[in-house]
Formats: sequence, C-alpha cells, structure tokens
Amino acid sequence: MPARIGVVTFPGTLDDQQALRAAAAVGAGPVELWHKDRDLHQVDAVVLPGGFSYGDYLRAGAIARFSPVMDTLIDAARGGLPVLGICNGFQVLCEAHLLEGAMIRNGDLHFINRDVTVRIENNRTAWTSDYEAGAEAVIPIKNVDGRFVADERTLDTLEAEGRVLARYLANPNGAARDIAGITNAAGNVVGLMPHPEYAIDELTGPAGFIENRRVPGTDGLPFFTSILKSLVSA
Amino acid sequence: MSTGHVSDQPFDTTSVFEDTAAAFDTVAKAATTPEVKQPYRELGMTEDEYLRVREILGRRPSSSELAMYSVMWSEHCSYKSSRVHLKQFGEKAPKTAALLVGPGENAGVVDVGEGLAVTFKVESHNHPSYVEPYQGAATGVGGIVRDILTMGARPIAVMDPLRFGPADAPDTARVLPGVVAGVGGYGNCLGVPNIGGEIVFDPCYLGNPLVNALCVGVMRADEIKLAKAPGPGNQVILFGARTGGDGIGGASVLASATFDEDGPAKRPSVQVGDPFMEKVLIECCLEIFAADLVVGIQDLGAAGLTCSTTELAAAGTGGMDVRLDAAPLRDSTLTPEEVLMSESQERMMAVVEPAKVEAFLAVCEKWDVTATALGEVTDTGRLRMWWHGEVIVDVPPRTLAHEGPVYNRPFARPQWQDALQADVPTAARLRRPEGADELRETLLKLVGSPNLADKTWALEQYDHRVQGNTVLGHGEDSGMVRLDAALPGTSLGVALSTDGNGRFAKLDPYAGAQLALAEAYRNVAATGARPLAVTDCLNFGSPEDPDVMWQFAEACRGLADACLELGTPVTGGNVSFYNQTGEVNIHPTPVVGVLGVIDDVDRRTRGAFEREGEILLLLGDTRDEFGGSEWAHEVHGHLGGLPPRLDLHREKVLGEVLIAGSRDGMLSAAHDLSDGGLAQAVVESCLRGGHGARLVLPETDADGNALDPFVALFSESAGRAVVAVPRSEELRFTDMCVARGLPVARVGVVDGTVLSGEAVLSGEAVLEVQGQFTVPLTELRAAHEGPFRKLFGHSVVDA
Repeated sequence: MPARIGVVTFPGTLDDQQALRAAAAVGAGPVELWHKDRDLHQVDAVVLPGGFSYGDYLRAGAIARFSPVMDTLIDAARGGLPVLGICNGFQVLCEAHLLEGAMIRNGDLHFINRDVTVRIENNRTAWTSDYEAGAEAVIPIKNVDGRFVADERTLDTLEAEGRVLARYLANPNGAARDIAGITNAAGNVVGLMPHPEYAIDELTGPAGFIENRRVPGTDGLPFFTSILKSLVSA
Repeated sequence: MSTGHVSDQPFDTTSVFEDTAAAFDTVAKAATTPEVKQPYRELGMTEDEYLRVREILGRRPSSSELAMYSVMWSEHCSYKSSRVHLKQFGEKAPKTAALLVGPGENAGVVDVGEGLAVTFKVESHNHPSYVEPYQGAATGVGGIVRDILTMGARPIAVMDPLRFGPADAPDTARVLPGVVAGVGGYGNCLGVPNIGGEIVFDPCYLGNPLVNALCVGVMRADEIKLAKAPGPGNQVILFGARTGGDGIGGASVLASATFDEDGPAKRPSVQVGDPFMEKVLIECCLEIFAADLVVGIQDLGAAGLTCSTTELAAAGTGGMDVRLDAAPLRDSTLTPEEVLMSESQERMMAVVEPAKVEAFLAVCEKWDVTATALGEVTDTGRLRMWWHGEVIVDVPPRTLAHEGPVYNRPFARPQWQDALQADVPTAARLRRPEGADELRETLLKLVGSPNLADKTWALEQYDHRVQGNTVLGHGEDSGMVRLDAALPGTSLGVALSTDGNGRFAKLDPYAGAQLALAEAYRNVAATGARPLAVTDCLNFGSPEDPDVMWQFAEACRGLADACLELGTPVTGGNVSFYNQTGEVNIHPTPVVGVLGVIDDVDRRTRGAFEREGEILLLLGDTRDEFGGSEWAHEVHGHLGGLPPRLDLHREKVLGEVLIAGSRDGMLSAAHDLSDGGLAQAVVESCLRGGHGARLVLPETDADGNALDPFVALFSESAGRAVVAVPRSEELRFTDMCVARGLPVARVGVVDGTVLSGEAVLSGEAVLEVQGQFTVPLTELRAAHEGPFRKLFGHSVVDA
C-alpha cells in the first residue's frame, strides 16, 4: 500500500486540491481530511494547505488552529507525524505553536504572486531530503501575510540549530533573515511560505525563462518525493 | 384611474402612516389611499413609468412594490434603452451547435466537447468603483463569479479589463491601487485564478473609471442550472450571507421615512464584500448541484431579493409566495423596502422540491451556511410577499422581469464626427521621428508609456496559479486554463482574451467594436485555441444624448455583423450607460471577450522568444495607419482620422494559420500585433523569453509602396501577428500561409548574444533593428518594467 498523505480542508482553504494532486503525482495515496473531523484516518503524513482559512479573519490561521482536526494533529505532530504547512498552513502551524514565529503583512502591504527562487538550507528533514544541500528552487509565492518574523533570540536559535529550511535569494516581503521556511527540531514539522505544490509540472508550474535562467517548472516536486521516500524507508 | 395626485413634491410620509395600524405600507392601504404622493422621481422613474405601474396594478403601488418596479425598470436591470439594439446579437447570431444557452440567462453556455460545457460573462462595476475603489472592484468580482456559479458551474478563472484616467493624475493614484487591491483581495480569497485583463489609461476615464470583470466556469453539459421556479409547492430557500443595509442606494428615499432623528445614519450605497463567505458558498452550491438538490437557482446581485424572486417566479410556474420577514437580517431595523432593495453580497436563492429540503439544509449545515425557507412556488401568476402578517406585495412577476419599458432613444451621427475623422495623422499633420536615434528614442518612450508599460506591479497582486490549471496567465496573448476541475485528467482547455479600444471606437464606433472583437479573436487564436463565442461589456455615456446613442447603435451593429462573419455568437454580456463626468461622456468603449477551445493544452503557443536562431515571421499586411494609435496618443496627444481598416476574412485566415501552426507543432512563439505595433510585440516577446532579436524591417507595404521604418515599427494595422518558427519548420509554415493567401514576411531571427554593434563587448542580449539601432535588453527591461511600479508602487491602500 502506498504511503497515504492527508490534506486538511478548512472553510476558506484554497490549495487543498492542488496538494492532493501533488501527492498523487509522486505516487502517494491522497486522503481528504475535514476540519470538523478529529480522525486523521491513519494517514502517514499531513499537508496543511494554503488559502484563507476562516477568511484569515482575526489573524491568518488563528481560527483554524482551534478546529477539531487540529487537536488530533497537534498531538500527532508532537509524536512525530510528518506535517507540511504551506502558506496558510504555515500560519496555522505557528498559531498552534508547533513552529516558532509569526507571519505579518508583506513589506509593501500588497498580495504578491511571484515565482521566487529559494535556497534549500536544510535537506535533512522528512520533506526536503530529496534536495541537494544548497539547491536553488523556483517556486511561486502567493500571499499577503507572508512576512516571517520572530524575536532575535528565536531567529538566532533557528539559525544555530540549522532549522532555517529555505531562504529567498531576493527577499520579496521583508521576511526576517530572508526566511521562506523553517522546521521544528525533530525535522518532521515544516512550514513554508512558497507553494511547492504549484511547481510540479512544466505545463502549469513556473517554467520558462525566469530570473535570467531557464527553469523546468518542477522545482517543488522534491518536497513530495522526499516525504514519500522517508515514509517508505521508515 | 385618478392620477391627479401625482406630483414631484417630496413624499409626505406622515400623511401616509400616522393613522394606520402597521408602521409600513401594505397592499390593503395602497388600495384605499390612491391619493398618496409617491417618490417615484427620487427612485429614478418617469411619470409615464409610474402611471404604467398604477395601470398594471389597478391601484397605486405599495411602497415595497414601488421600490421593486423602480429598480427592476431601471436602466441597469431592464436594459430599456439598449434592448432594441441588443436584439441584433440574437437575430444575426451565427448558427452554431456549440451554443447551449444564449443571452438572457445569468450567463451564456457553450459546448466545448468531451461532455463539458463552459459558461462565461463579463460585467461592469464602474460607478461603485469610482466611489469606493476597493469594495466596488471586489464586489464586481464577487457578482460575476456568482452569475457563473448560478449556471451550475465551478468558477475556474476571472479576468479584469480596467480603464482609468491619466496615469499621473492624483485621482488615478486613489482609484487604481484600490481597484487592483479589491480585485485581488476578493478573487484571491475565493481561490479563482485571475488569468488576464487589461489596464488602460485615457483622460476620458478620469471621473469615471471602467471596472469590468469576467468570469468563466466549467460543468458537465448535462448539469446546466437555470434561473426558474417551476412546480407549485416547491420551497424557495434563501441561503448565504444575511441581508444588511449595504447597497440600498435609491431605496433610502423610502427608508428615510422610518429613520428617527437619532436613528442610524444612512448606510453606504456601495456594497461591502465578504469573499470568505462567497468561497464557502461556492463549495456549498457545488455540493448541492452535484447531489441534484435544486430545480432552479438564482444569485442575488443588482436589486437583490427583488430581482431574484421576480426572475425566478417569472421564468417558472408563474407565482411565488414569500414571507419577507423571515429573511435573516444583519440589522433588525431594516424596513421591507430596504430588505427588497438591499444588494448585500454572497446571497443565493434556490427552488427545492419539498422532499429534498432536508438534504439541501444538511449541505448548508456542513458548510456553516445560513439557509432559510422564505416561501414557495405557486400557480397563482402572482408574486406575493408578507411582512409580519400583512401583504405588502401582490404583483404579476412578468411585468417586473420581462415587461418593463422599452425605449427607442433618438440617435444621430454627431456633428463633430466628420471633422474628427478628417483629422488624419499624416506625416504632414504630426511630426514623425526621423533617423535611427529618434526611432530608438520613440521605441523606448512607447514601451514605457502607461498603456504599453509592463503591469506586473498590479498583476502580481492577483493569484493566477490557484486551482493548478492555469496554463497561460498574464502577459500572454490570452489566458488559458485546463478544464480538469470538471473532468479530471483531461487535456481540454479554454483560452480567453478581452480587448477594447475606446479611441478606435470614438473615431468609428462600428469599426471600433469590430476591431475589439478582432483583436480578442486574434489573441485567442495566437495561443492555439479555436475562437468559439463572445461576451461583451458595452461601456458608454448617457443614452439620453443622441450622439452617445448613435455610438451605441453603431457599436452593436458592428459587433453583431462581425460576430456573424467570424462565426462566434454573443452569448451574453452587460451594458453600462451613464459613464460620464459632468456632461462629458467617456469614449465609447465596447470591451469584447472571446472564448476559445483547445483540445490539448500541451499544444498551447506562448509569446516568449526563447530559442536562439529561430526565424521571425510577420503575418499580415502593414499600412500607414496611425489613427487612434498609441503613438499618436502618447507622443502627440492626438486623436483623429480613422482606425485601422479591418478585413474580417483576413482575421479568420490568420486565426486558422495560427491554430494550425500550434496544432502541427510548427510554432515556438506567437504574439498578435496591436497597440504599439511590431515594435511593442517584439519587445514583449524578447523580454519574456530573455532573448534578443535581430529585426530586418520589410521595405514595402501590401500595395507595393515603400514602407518607412517608422511605419513598419509602430503602425497598428489590424490582422497581423509575429511568430517564431524553428528553421526546420519555416518552409512548411510559409507554404501554408501562401496556400491560404496570408501575406508572410521574414523579419528577423531570435538572438542569444549580440553579434555586432557596441554591446558586443559585454556579450549582452540586444534587440537590433538592422540598419537602424540597437538596444540592450537590460535597457529595454528598465524602460518597460520600471514606469508602472514607479507610478503606483508607493501608493498606500486601505485593504
């Protein structure tokens, strides 16, 4: 039986179908999870997808964090279940205190949908092991509250423990220390602002001539091949 | 019937209500108090229209009925000035089996094959967007998305053709950033990708920006939903957001009667959107459709509950009983008139068989959507409404929905039209650039002018990737999405382009409308898709001005004639009149959207020049045509002469060649030629592909006359495109053009690094116009991509 990757749908979630498509694209079994259902249905890993859960009212991710499914997920993540929070999912992970820091409004105050280049700084997590260390990947961002912030001590800790997962080559939003994604100490919980699920094929991904070089449009795939391999080998 | 009491005096409210039991007007009261003065003028009705309502009802209308007639018979809802001209779109419609639902429904539907149907429509939200740019634009997106949803389709893309005053005008700095943020703020939160549109500047839009919004949706062809309420006993269910006091507009004339002096202030007349609610509503509706739980459905847009109840009832068994006071309210002080007129967003109305009500409510419960049974379908032929036990409305619904006034407004060719057309921008009239340096300077100026400059600053505020089916987005000739949402795994896709040129239409509205259609048609074909159907947003000035009415009549005639010739029927659209600042009307601005279908999205043609050594071919004829051109506008502030001449047969042939070239894998890139001519197209394709080009300009025009470099570079002759073909395909492709009678000329090659000239030292990619000038790509990029961000990048928006 292939590894099963669950994708949570909150009201206002937008990127759930694409996360399911990415899971299927690498040969995993995609499983839809519903916010009101505490049961994780024996999935082997979970993606918290992007969108505007509960309209991002109050604060991005602040309401979703209290969904029934999150009660179970928080415990499971602490127990080692691999969890990838993308964009709004990253915000939910921060609100749930599974990851440090917070996301605030982009530096120019606008929504930004752009194909950005990130450098993978940590390829030792369950979600990034298929990248070469220091690999550069062109992956789209699409958010308005995408600017990662944390206090200096937390940032220093993240750096010292090698928990900065990915950094922007050209910081689009004023994120502290160019941080695009981080991981927890165990490496099973990962938060990422860019959307690797939208960089899985040449047809719909960021392909072509971007930032002075030719890109294939598939630079996000290793997030999904990584988790599949780590689940198979586990 | 006594009508002697009708006057334009303000409504004396005290005399109506003071000695009656209920604090609101009822049908019973209306029957016994014919003398009451009613504020029909304040509600925008003429005396004749008011008298007709009295004649229909055989009494004076209750104030709720008056509110309903005033809004349903408004220009916006009734198309009373435009209807006689819009008829042509049906009468002259080309015969096509693809058309499943034509004009009149919420949106037209076309068959795209593989059992799928696509529905699409463009609408305007011009006036609200001037008053409140963010919410005006946001609710414009929300409204058109609900129209598409109402047809039973999943919304899969939006596009926004926008027009503003001069780019450097202070008010544009207020309006544009707000509109862009509103389009993005709403659409992004809905999860519907924004895949194209336009941003155009002209002084005529300074006090009246045009904010048009297009949406496209996909469904299985056998699952089309219609706005109708058949079957007596079926339940009428209102679901979605609660009804609030926003967007009431004119109804405040009636509502003010109930405001005491310390009461709430008048509410905003622009609606306020909640995209999160709409996203939930979309998923809720799609689940309801999938389970086949409705027999009819209608969204609540303009005229809110008034429109939805009358249109559903009029298209169904003919009657409906509604308990209006059962509608969930955000504000318990709303009067029945206000509830009827409210344009609160994110509301839908469904007609549900009694046996399915429980299942319907269960889906709403799953999505936490409020749903309330308001009433039921009847066969009485009357739409009746109750408010706290009293009948406040009792009308024949067809008289509201379909039998409103129709006007044959007078129109006449404006006296100034001849002089305008005679002012041809010849070389003698407008000074043209001479010599290499001036040509180079002109190119840099034009590619950085507000209309031609790169709009990334605005466009990257829109999510174009969500749903994962966007094959072509902003910057391409047309947007393209795969139809995977309705048929997983399919390679079938649709392409969409919207175009419009107010300057061309001002010079000649008949030709201007046709040129807009031709450009959108060409753009769709350039990406490899076969143009199938048309939607239009007709933005004009005051219909009461015979000049404007002539422009409108000519534009409709032109568009209908061209649609017939190109074989693409108009499936629906929108008319927006009264676009004016004071007495000054905007340029007539028909915006035309063309939808095309492509069997295999892998075959789409992009616009970027990406492969060194490929051959550049110019398709079509170039003439000395600068009337209404970007060059005349930007360099001289001139508008005169005639727009480029149009040959619809040629457009069709060009389209066929572009589609065949894509299908047979002969084309690496294609880009249509329009605003800014060959120069603009080549610059865009070079920058997108990160490659230079060496251009060899053609030396003669279609008639064998000498073609000077200025005309070759900047003329806006229609029916043209530039394509890049691999050397191995050049002969096959040119043979095909020749066989079909399409002029084709080799105009250069795609370059990697420069082979000659001053930039050789740096090894930098350049655009070289042979024998004229050379510009490094870095300089082009700065000129093209810098200005827009500089103009608007510092604006701060309330969002």
